[in-house]
Amino acid sequence: MADATTPRSMEELHKIFLEDVYKIPEGENIKQCIQCGTCSGSCPTSYAMDFTPREIIAAFRAGMLERVLKSNTVWMCASCYYCTVRCPAGIKLTDIMYELKRLGIEYGLYAKGVTAPVLSKTFVKMVDKYGRSPELELLSRYMLATNPLGMVEMAPMGAKLFFKGRLGIFPKSIKGKSQLSKILKMALAETEKAVEAKPESHKEGGH
Amino acid sequence: MKQYLYYPGCSLEKTNFSFDHSSREVAKGLGFELKEIEDWNCCGSTSYMAVRELRSFAISARNLAIAEKMGPGDLITVCTACYTVLAKTHNYLKENKDLREKVNHALAAADMKYSGNVKVRHLLDVIVNDVGLEAVKGKVKKPLEGLKVACYYGCQLSRPHGTFDDPEFPVTMDHLATALGATPVDFPLKAKCCGGMMMTTVADVGLKLTKDLLYCAKEAGADLVITCCPLCQVNLESYQGKIKKTFGTDPALPAIYFTQLMGVALGLPEKNLGLGSELVDPRPTLAKYLGNGGGR
Repeated sequence: MADATTPRSMEELHKIFLEDVYKIPEGENIKQCIQCGTCSGSCPTSYAMDFTPREIIAAFRAGMLERVLKSNTVWMCASCYYCTVRCPAGIKLTDIMYELKRLGIEYGLYAKGVTAPVLSKTFVKMVDKYGRSPELELLSRYMLATNPLGMVEMAPMGAKLFFKGRLGIFPKSIKGKSQLSKILKMALAETEKAVEAKPESHKEGGH
Repeated sequence: MKQYLYYPGCSLEKTNFSFDHSSREVAKGLGFELKEIEDWNCCGSTSYMAVRELRSFAISARNLAIAEKMGPGDLITVCTACYTVLAKTHNYLKENKDLREKVNHALAAADMKYSGNVKVRHLLDVIVNDVGLEAVKGKVKKPLEGLKVACYYGCQLSRPHGTFDDPEFPVTMDHLATALGATPVDFPLKAKCCGGMMMTTVADVGLKLTKDLLYCAKEAGADLVITCCPLCQVNLESYQGKIKKTFGTDPALPAIYFTQLMGVALGLPEKNLGLGSELVDPRPTLAKYLGNGGGR
């Protein structure tokens, strides 16, 4: 896929994933998963998932990271944090889902037809550009890229919001755009420095 | 007048301006000021974090650095997603030295730094715990007697941090509604997820989750839903037509912000509360409590 950076072996990705997860505060708790399924039972979207949250950890342990990344599960996580607050082992599964999302986007490993990565990537571009999220431009770009016909369906609601004064036509920029760019550039350099120091470590995507 | 620092967040600029306006108005009515922090940027929401890790913490921390410089004072958010992201950034920087150093190195490129001294709080917390329910009660001019309210908290107000309310079964908004004279209904799905951005990315799943909430609130006898999250508000009211088409019953339930309902009970000027900007008009339901112009 167009997003893929350097191709890596799955073993290497497996390692990167664990390294990143261990960096999350209390991240090593993932080792304590006893497969009780509290996460899956609490998840509001598990009914629509290829793998339930519990199965994500089981599949990862079984060396199936690629299938995990390409499952719809990662992008079905709405970030409601029920699993995180209920896990008896203190595993921050929502943060783990974020890590899987990042790996999927960085290496182009996500299921065909899943559109959430497009939204996330567009969001990042917009925020980098304006410093704020221009909701109309963001949604328009996302719809154009994923479902242009859907724009017709959305039009009546858009019109209603417009007449209620709830649609920002022109994106608003922050004054400190150059300041924000400097921060982003330095944060990227920090990420890359970490990669150089540890050649096998995770590189944050530069796209 | 007591002052708090205020971070409105992107969605309150336009789409959910009524939440911003009513929050400022209610603060004034209760005798404190929300001082907007200068030139804030997007907190990163749930999407930036899904693409880049360090950079998402860095842009979020820029806001904390601005607040710290403008302080002292707690940083108040009303969008629950902003609340969770900013609080998470603060907490993770505190707990992870490596992350803190890297983020501060990035901030230094713009002559900024964050030393970890900002307390991120939600407006609901301030109203219930700093102002206090007794004081709120004392300011009520139009008690909302007979109004049945479903208090919908969504996810990110009390999860994952649970700072001022229970992650499983939050109650602060119910107590607040009672203080306003209204009757909170028993609403078991009050902290369940509305689907968030999935209404856009996986529409059928998002629609089902929101439908469950609305049908549950309706069954509980609610006249109105109040919420504390802009994305929840949009999801709750914007897809009711589609819900009717897909599942058969029209929920026909207005969804407004808790600050708007407070404004009505405190007798604050209706035009400053953004009422009427909703897609399901709450004014007929609120008509008997509104001073004038309501119920059209």
